[in-house]
Amino acid sequence: MSHQDALISEDIIAYLEAQENKSFLRFITCGSVDDGKSTLIGRLLYDSKLIYEDQLASIEKDSKKSGTQGDKIDLALLVDGLAAEREQGITIDVAYRFFSTDKRKFIVADTPGHEQYTRNMATGASTADVAVLLIDARYGVQIQTRRHAFIVSSLGIKNVVVAINKMDLVDFDQSVYNDIEVEFRAFAKELGFADITCIPMSALDGDNVTSKSNKAEWYRGPFLLQYLEDVDVEERSLDLPFRLPVQWVNRPNLDFRGFSGTVASGMISVGDEIIVIPSGKRSKVKSIVTFDGDLERAREDMAITLTLEDEIDISRGDIICRKDNPAEQADQFQARILWMTDKELFPGRQYLMKSVNKTVPVSVTNIKHRIDVNDLSETAVKTLGLNEIGVCTLSLGGPIAFDAYDQNRNTGSFIVIDKHSNETVGVGMIDFALRRAKNVVWQDLDVSKTVRAEQKNQSPVILWFTGLSGSGKSTIANLVEKKLLDLGRHTYTLDGDNIRHGLNNDLGFTKADRIENIRRISETAKLMVDAGLITLTSFISPYRAERQMAREMVEDGEFVEIFVNTPLEVCEARDVKGLYAKARAGTIKNFTGIDSEYQTPVNSEIEINTVDMSAEKAAEVVVQYLEKNGYLKGPGE
Amino acid sequence: MTQIAQFVERAEQYAIKSGQSLSTISRKLLNDGKGLSRLKEGGQCTLKTLDRAESVLAELEAALNAPLVREMSHLDRLEAESIHIMREVAAQCENPVMLYSVGKDSSVMLHLAQKAFYPSPPPFPLMHVDTTWKFGDMIAFRDRRAKEVGMELIVHINEEGVAQGVGPFTHGSAVHTDIMKTQGLKQALDKYKFDAAFGGARRDEEKSRAKERIFSFRTEQHRWDAKNQRPELWNIYNTRVQKGESMRVFPMSNWTELDIWQYIYRENIEIPDLYLAKKRPVVERDGVLIMVDDDRLPLEPGEVPMEKMVRFRTLGCYPLTGAVESEADTLPDVIQEMLLTTTSERQGRVIDSDAGASMEQKKEEGYF
Repeated sequence: MSHQDALISEDIIAYLEAQENKSFLRFITCGSVDDGKSTLIGRLLYDSKLIYEDQLASIEKDSKKSGTQGDKIDLALLVDGLAAEREQGITIDVAYRFFSTDKRKFIVADTPGHEQYTRNMATGASTADVAVLLIDARYGVQIQTRRHAFIVSSLGIKNVVVAINKMDLVDFDQSVYNDIEVEFRAFAKELGFADITCIPMSALDGDNVTSKSNKAEWYRGPFLLQYLEDVDVEERSLDLPFRLPVQWVNRPNLDFRGFSGTVASGMISVGDEIIVIPSGKRSKVKSIVTFDGDLERAREDMAITLTLEDEIDISRGDIICRKDNPAEQADQFQARILWMTDKELFPGRQYLMKSVNKTVPVSVTNIKHRIDVNDLSETAVKTLGLNEIGVCTLSLGGPIAFDAYDQNRNTGSFIVIDKHSNETVGVGMIDFALRRAKNVVWQDLDVSKTVRAEQKNQSPVILWFTGLSGSGKSTIANLVEKKLLDLGRHTYTLDGDNIRHGLNNDLGFTKADRIENIRRISETAKLMVDAGLITLTSFISPYRAERQMAREMVEDGEFVEIFVNTPLEVCEARDVKGLYAKARAGTIKNFTGIDSEYQTPVNSEIEINTVDMSAEKAAEVVVQYLEKNGYLKGPGE
Repeated sequence: MTQIAQFVERAEQYAIKSGQSLSTISRKLLNDGKGLSRLKEGGQCTLKTLDRAESVLAELEAALNAPLVREMSHLDRLEAESIHIMREVAAQCENPVMLYSVGKDSSVMLHLAQKAFYPSPPPFPLMHVDTTWKFGDMIAFRDRRAKEVGMELIVHINEEGVAQGVGPFTHGSAVHTDIMKTQGLKQALDKYKFDAAFGGARRDEEKSRAKERIFSFRTEQHRWDAKNQRPELWNIYNTRVQKGESMRVFPMSNWTELDIWQYIYRENIEIPDLYLAKKRPVVERDGVLIMVDDDRLPLEPGEVPMEKMVRFRTLGCYPLTGAVESEADTLPDVIQEMLLTTTSERQGRVIDSDAGASMEQKKEEGYF
């Protein structure tokens, strides 16, 4: 077939020119160890004459050593790569293989089929347009077949070939083939494939792989390579709305400002009106710049640089859309997440999310359910483990432009990165925005306290710690803040250290100054609540009236008084800062508890007795209170 | 609707889309500026005339739609993918470098970098780890190309190796390659604190490469752990590293040797002359033709270099690179030979002829 073209020896230049216009197809093969997947790929490579003599010689040598085909060449050895895998006789990672015919160049993602390798199959499927699912004709549709079909459909593959392999072992019996086809089509109905093609095949002997088999006269469809050469996977995506995710701002000098990126979908022409999401800024395409000269039009998958008529501010991660059909933008989503690491996914924990070209902090606010990849059943879970797929709600640190994955694979996908180890720990596909802001540009959205709070997935509140000097207010407040941070919440603590030294450094310790001190602290805390923060304050605040004043400044429910009730003797005995000693000695005046009054709270939301309770436990009590009273979710929920 | 009425409607549609007047189109279709309007008012014509006019119209429509659905060939797609990867590095990594080995793959990579950032020059330097045993022509080519493209060129030589007199003849190919190339590369990466280094390796070169990621994570010790690579989905690449760690980035992962040659031909990319056949002085060692590139090659007693028409399929240290006898002195001829040949590219490279998994071991140790 292909590279045996007579043109090669007769007219190499004509051959080269003919080869320049090949199309391109990426596909994935799925099947478990014994379905003959590696053999199939080996067969495609072998029959396309893409194996050199020296490679073949080394395979022949290896076939004798570890092959499973007796005297025949074990074609699977051509593709089983890493040493560890060759010893175990299984493929444990994704390998990419290449072959081409006169019509097309192919990239094959060869992935393992075991349940524990769901992530590898998803990796291979993410860039593939066609999936070839292998089924052993002797066993028919198995649980793993369902799993493979589900994974490739989840990753958005629309064209599926069901390669009913090892037909030689069932004498190419048409009824075996028919039964499998009927069963597969029945269960695949709910998976949303656009096209399913079943092919009876023997990879080992090459039947219906690269040529039509004469052993299955009853089969009228294409052989595998014929299908792969002819399948059209482009038509749909070129009709999608135009999206250019900006990757790099190109500024060689002050006169040129271009926006470089790979067109994620659709087409654009010079003169088209565009809108930038999420900023909502508008302009017109001035030129489409490439090294080989300016273009009039550009299409999906081209790596281009756009210049615009107007000088508008665009940065990496923004998506340039055509004005008539802009992308959505949001900061809260429902998505399907596939977890890829041993360390479980915990709701509330902060990760990074990288979608097209933008990286933002993200936390999973809720795992709705886990989907069992074998039977598609749904189970309620608290965490997601390695190779598990869950439907989750996400809250982002800022809005991103996106499309639903169903609509657009390029702008609806993301990866999840661990903030500390930088590992890629999960991947996801966006289903829809939770708070729709469709076609609304960001400036039009009224930024209110509620909006800010929702973005942080919390209800803002002042946690007002009061109590004697040395009672443990700051220790507990610090622990609470740490716990909240671990839960992905946004906090700030106001205490003597950051207030007395700055904002209030003009105030002393007289009664008037103490009152002014608390008033300023209350006003500051109020601003922080308006910013959507959980605000912790840690001051003795001895007078009931001032605490009441602070409470009344904010809305109902936004003030939680925490009385750290430690008896004076205990505080004085601890005397961490040596202040009680000084007060007793008279070197400090107006010291609360000694020569200044502390008015014990009467209606605190939380009271903590530090004699009975450790600071750690106390912090837990506070966090539990917040959890129970709904402060750890957005105001809208 | 009659066939004529349908035809007229199509012609009118075409007029709207193309912005041409009906009479112009009428002339093109029927050799008669008023033909269309006559048909529209109920006039008739022969079936033969209508057939011919319809086929002309189909051609016109196709020409109008052609740029709209411009197909991307496999080379266009490979090019776009490589450009995407390079831009991602430029935008995300703090201190990237492009490793330039002067071979044909490096030439393609450099060309792609020019395309990726045009009209800006590529926003990173080129670096060549010079083992001091490269072909003289390679060095001249390297210096000239860097100057032409306008990129900074860093040349790193492992001076410790030089001081110890390390060379392929005194220490053997394995030790020489390890010290001058692998260790030299690590030294250079440490010295300049690069957090990302582009390499021209391809997945089709060797079996263990088939599983290499495009963004290949390396520890602070430059080690590659086959079992601990980051998943790579879609075209979203995780470029994040801690201080000291780095990425090797292979923008041409999905190219094959044939793609490289086709692209060099299509884009008219300059490559070193050594790839083309020419009369060169060679000696035969263990069945491999070695070029006498300079006077450091020790000749056996009585050994006299022969002048042979040879070319090279890969370029490296001249004492470690086997020449093939060939008459192919133009690029198409070389490609023709390559397509008709039956041994794979790396065979000319002495370093690979060990056991099957050797490349994997070398990579774990930090070889590119």
